[in-house]
Amino acid sequence: MAAYLIRRFLLMLLTLFGISIVIFALLRIVPGNIADILFSSAGMINPADKAQIEKDLGLDQPIVVQYAQWIGGLVRGDLGYSYISEKPTLDEIAPRLPISAKLAGMALAFAVLFGIPLGVISAVRQNTPLDYVLRVVSLSGLSLPSFWLGLLILMVCVRYFGWIPIYTEPPKTWWNELLLFAIPAAAVGFRSSALMMRLTRSSMLEVLRQDYIRTARAKGASYAKVNFVHALRNAVLPIVTIVGIEAAFLVGGLIVTETVFNIPGVARFLVEAIRSRDYPIVQNLVMFIAVCVVSINFLIDMAYLALDPRIAYEK
Amino acid sequence: MYHRENSPSMSIHEEATYSVNISSMPIFNNLVVYDQHKAQNSIDALTPELATEWSWSADKKALTFKLREGVKWHDGKPFTSADVKCTFDMLMGKSQNRFRKDPRKDWYFNVEDVTADNPMQATFHLKRPQPAVLAMLASGYTPIYPCHVTAAQMRTNPIGTGPFKFVELKQNESIKLTRDSDYWKKGLPYLDGIEYTIIPNRSTAILGFVAGKFDMTFPTEVSIPLMKDVKSQKPDAVCVLAQTNVATNLIMNRDAPPFNDENVRRALALALDRQAFLDTLFEGKSVIGGALLPPPNGVWGLPPAELKNVIGYGDVKKNREEARKLMEKAGYGPNKHLALKVSTRNLAVYRDPAVILIDQLKDIYIDGELDVVESGIWFAKIARKEYSVGLNLTGAGIDDPDQTFYENFGCGSERNYTNYCNKDLQQQFDAQSQETDPAKRKQLAWEIDKKLQEDVARPILYFSDQGTCWAPYVKNVTIMTNSSYNGFRYEDVWMDK
Repeated sequence: MAAYLIRRFLLMLLTLFGISIVIFALLRIVPGNIADILFSSAGMINPADKAQIEKDLGLDQPIVVQYAQWIGGLVRGDLGYSYISEKPTLDEIAPRLPISAKLAGMALAFAVLFGIPLGVISAVRQNTPLDYVLRVVSLSGLSLPSFWLGLLILMVCVRYFGWIPIYTEPPKTWWNELLLFAIPAAAVGFRSSALMMRLTRSSMLEVLRQDYIRTARAKGASYAKVNFVHALRNAVLPIVTIVGIEAAFLVGGLIVTETVFNIPGVARFLVEAIRSRDYPIVQNLVMFIAVCVVSINFLIDMAYLALDPRIAYEK
Repeated sequence: MYHRENSPSMSIHEEATYSVNISSMPIFNNLVVYDQHKAQNSIDALTPELATEWSWSADKKALTFKLREGVKWHDGKPFTSADVKCTFDMLMGKSQNRFRKDPRKDWYFNVEDVTADNPMQATFHLKRPQPAVLAMLASGYTPIYPCHVTAAQMRTNPIGTGPFKFVELKQNESIKLTRDSDYWKKGLPYLDGIEYTIIPNRSTAILGFVAGKFDMTFPTEVSIPLMKDVKSQKPDAVCVLAQTNVATNLIMNRDAPPFNDENVRRALALALDRQAFLDTLFEGKSVIGGALLPPPNGVWGLPPAELKNVIGYGDVKKNREEARKLMEKAGYGPNKHLALKVSTRNLAVYRDPAVILIDQLKDIYIDGELDVVESGIWFAKIARKEYSVGLNLTGAGIDDPDQTFYENFGCGSERNYTNYCNKDLQQQFDAQSQETDPAKRKQLAWEIDKKLQEDVARPILYFSDQGTCWAPYVKNVTIMTNSSYNGFRYEDVWMDK
């Protein structure tokens, strides 16, 4: 087990190194650099001033030197300064992380809390009116783009309640925060819950046809115990995998939701930073997200061990 | 109010977008400023700010300002003529304290020097008479900066003498200003502060205004259909439609085929059906004009009667017949269409007219393809001449021929994107620029405007109307009708609630 963990950790480092090269290279391949973007709001380009900006920001250095400076800074904990706000990158990213983390956490919780139980119900009530309704709901979740759903929610709130659930200032109490994030979290989590519902349903249907389920029922196990303990536990592996994948996909969903609900999280900030070619923000933020995704995947692999005793990594 | 985008910085002098003026203008004062409650900016509508009075020398080459005493910067330091000199030295590139970008350096090409005659008097020494200098000094684009603060700090933490003090700019979140209780105009400002919530998504922003989250929309950013929506959902909202003096125009790469051929350039100008743009995009509202905004809102532009006889402005059917002949002369025809990319910025106000343009070009054997360019690199692409024909928007900082002619059409100007240069016309620019009789100057400006259209320097499609809405309890807001850059001091705006 220890050897496996070390191997996985080294693999994680290798993956992150690869990602760092990809991020760094991609940012420099896209047309236009920060100097072009800075001049965009001036409606002109002055070549001498542009060259000076590039020099000031170190963009005139060879690409390898720029990469080494970034990685060196990262190792030392120096993330540099945002090119746009001219503030330390960490100061820009740090206050936004908890906002997105809360939103993502709530969206994932929404997806799991609704998706898995409803998927189980849909499976055990296969081909009943309830199953049909739930299948339509899950299909809608997969079909509706989250930006459209978000706007629809906003319109309904404004039209019928004269109220709009958008972020304009930090919430003062945890209750306000919960209220403020609940709707966007539901909007972004709806797609994931639909996916989980469908996956749980198909996985459960397969398990429910197994002999040991029939045996459990024959032995007089309760309805709930058969479905939620014997069946769900065996059906849960692909669901756990999808929870991990969805956690990564949520970042994409958050971009749209943070934009529509005007939430000042990292996802929207990242898009703005990409548009502005704010390299220090983009590079460090994408690296952070990469670390999170890689770590989540690692934790999921570990979760397999706990969930399925047949799986052993020590071979 | 909400703000339409992440402000590139807080430094007005380094930017050329009204996104910055709207949130930064309340922090500063000018020497003189356009009367904030006269919708039309003109030389007759100037009011004193940091200058109490001004006078021209007999030869009209020196403009002297007596400065207001007792004015303090927001950090407590006194305002003096040294600050005036510093500001213009920076703008003219003469200072060690340099701007990172200086988009209006060309405005002051005729200023030889600015002198601090004594602590409370400054003089602008001009190379030749130029009445428009006063108009430029009155623009929201011309605040006075403090000598003791660096250009870098002014981008992130500006210090002014204006009615509101800067509190903070949070990227993608908000800009906050608070009332300066020591403002030199006693009793002002009325508001305790102004908060601009940054909401780039227009639907969210408008819904927020309808739901009462904001007292005001971002100025001149509400389209005509959206304004109707607002009025239907919030009937008590006050909505005003105003001309913005932002010209939607065509830029052609004159250095490369096919637009290095005068026939093709003229054909393009003749193919335009300007009224169709207005009917499709603005329900018939907005206005057709030449290089300068036409009356009644514009002070200097060609009136419709004069425009009628300018190339490309008359009968569309006849014009297009002529355009087809020119295209045939250039080697194109029904069996040999010209394929080209119509480049534009990836913003709705650019994309929508570009699509209509492509449709109109079909009539003169041109098969256009829309080339949408990421907004942030639009000007870089133009500067590198990586386009054939582009649809562009150009805002006029002030409604004055000097600003428009020199900046957009002057030989060597950085904002003259097509590098159009007519040496004879440049001399006419100078002649009108030093003319002190406004009526004579207007005649000269009209002649130049006609010539610019004949040269197909940068065909102007229209000047759009845009809306602004505010809650009924917001009082004393005036939206300017011939510039989008000058009316945001907000010192006497108040709320009846």
